[in-house]
Amino acid sequence: MSSVVDRVRKIVVEQLGVKEEEVTPEASFVDDLGADSLDTVELVMALEEEFETEIPDEDAEKITTVQQAIDYINAHQG
Amino acid sequence: MAGRRVVVTGLGLVAPVGLDVKSGWDNILAGKSGIKPITHFDIEPFSTRFGGPIYGFDPTPYVSEKEAKKMDKFIHYGLAAGCQAIEDSGLVVDESNCRRIGVAIGSGIGGISGIESNYESYRQKGPRRISPFFVPANIINMVAGNLSIKFGLKGPNYSIVSACSTGAHNIGEAAIMIRHGYVDVMIAGGAEMATSPVGLGGFAAARALSTRNDDPEGASRPFDKDRDGFVLSDGAGVVVLEEYERAKARGATIYAELVGVGMNSDAYHMTAPSEDGEGAANCMLQALNDAGVNFEQVSYVNAHGTSTPAGDVAETRAVKRAFGDHAYKLAVSSTKSMTGHMLGAAGGAEAIFTILAIRDQTAPPTINYQTPDPDCDLDCVPNTAREMAIDVAISNSFGFGGTNGTLVFRKA
Repeated sequence: MSSVVDRVRKIVVEQLGVKEEEVTPEASFVDDLGADSLDTVELVMALEEEFETEIPDEDAEKITTVQQAIDYINAHQG
Repeated sequence: MAGRRVVVTGLGLVAPVGLDVKSGWDNILAGKSGIKPITHFDIEPFSTRFGGPIYGFDPTPYVSEKEAKKMDKFIHYGLAAGCQAIEDSGLVVDESNCRRIGVAIGSGIGGISGIESNYESYRQKGPRRISPFFVPANIINMVAGNLSIKFGLKGPNYSIVSACSTGAHNIGEAAIMIRHGYVDVMIAGGAEMATSPVGLGGFAAARALSTRNDDPEGASRPFDKDRDGFVLSDGAGVVVLEEYERAKARGATIYAELVGVGMNSDAYHMTAPSEDGEGAANCMLQALNDAGVNFEQVSYVNAHGTSTPAGDVAETRAVKRAFGDHAYKLAVSSTKSMTGHMLGAAGGAEAIFTILAIRDQTAPPTINYQTPDPDCDLDCVPNTAREMAIDVAISNSFGFGGTNGTLVFRKA
C-alpha cells in the first residue's frame, strides 16, 4: 500500500484539481491551491473516507496545509 | 407590443438530436430521432427503458473539470447552451454594460440526480457524508448563477420554474424586462436532466411515458393515432435576447424578432390539460394580441405536441379555438417527435427551432406520423421538412399545474 504522504497528495490533487508538483508539504489549501471554504470541507470528507477515520470539525479547522493533513492522519491512525 | 423592440441575436443548444445548434437543427430538418435506449443506470426494472439522455457530452470546453464536479448535469447543459449562445451573439461584456445584461434560465425539476445520490450517501453513511456542494450543485437557479459568474453579468439573475413551460416563460419574461427598459440584454432559456431513476420512475408511475421499448426512435409520435405517451429527454436551449436598436448599432446577426408573449393558466387539473383547449387557446390569443399581429399572418406553429393521448387532442382543439378556420392553413409540427420532451428545456429548444424555421423559411417535420387521428386533424408537416413562407411563427409550451406559455416570433 502506498504511503500516507502519497495517498494524501493524491486526494488533494483529485479534490482541488491541482497539479501534483503544486502539492508541496507547506502548500496551503486556501492560499496556494485555490480552495474555498466548501472545497476544504469536501477535502476533509475525502480524507475521512480514504483513511476510514472521523475528523471532528474543531480538528478539521486546524488542517490548512498538506503537511498538517499528513501529520493529523499519522497521529490518528490506529 | 408596446415599448422597446426585442430581437434574438444568439442561440445555444444541447439536445438529444445534437450537442450544438448546427448539428441539432440539421438533424431536425433531416427528420432524425435522438431517442435511444437509456444505459446510464440499471434500466431493466423500468416499464420505459429509453429516452433522450445526452450521451457523448463533455462539459470541460465550458467549465473546468474541478468546477464541473460541483454541478449537476442540468447545470452543465445549461452552461454549455448559455456559452454557445453568448459566443454566437458576439456580445462583448464590459464594465460599461454588465449591469444591463441579465440571465433568466430555469429548469422544471433541477438536480434530481444529485438529490438522489446525496440521499443515498446519507442513508448509507450518515449526515456527515452529504456533500458541502449538495445545495449549490443542485438548486435550480444555479445555471443562471454560474453563467453570471463566468461572464460577469451583473443584471437581474433568476429562474422561472413552471414545469414544461419553464423555457418559454423565462424567455417571455426576459423579453418583457427588455421591452420595459429594465435591461438591454437577457440570456434566457431552460435546462434539464431528469432521466434519473426517480425522475424516469416518477413519470412512468404517472403513466405519462411511452412504453414502446421495442422501437425507441418510433416512440415519440405526436398527433399519430398510435401515440402512447411522451419520451423523457434532457438538454438545454438558451437564446440571447437584445434590445433592437442596440443589436442594430453593433451590427449583430438578428435571427428574428420576439414580438409577443402569452402566459396563463388552465386552473383545471394537476396534470391533465383542459379538454376543450380553453387555457391554451387563450394563451395563444393573448400572445398574438401582445404581438399586434392578426392570426392570418401566422403560418407556422411549433406545437407543444408531447405525444400523449390527451395532450395532443387538447392542443389541436386549442389551435382551432384560437385560429378558427385559419387553423387548417397552419403548419403545426412537433419537434418533440425527434427530441422527445426536454421538460423545462423544451421551451428553450423549441424557441430555437421556431426561430430557425423563420430564418430558413422551412417548417420542421413531425416524424413517426403514420396513422391519422381524426381528433388531431391539423397539418402536422408529416415526416418531411417543408420549405414555405414563414413571416410569423409561434411556439407553444404547456406544463403540469396547467401553466401555459406562447412565444411569437417574426421575421427580422
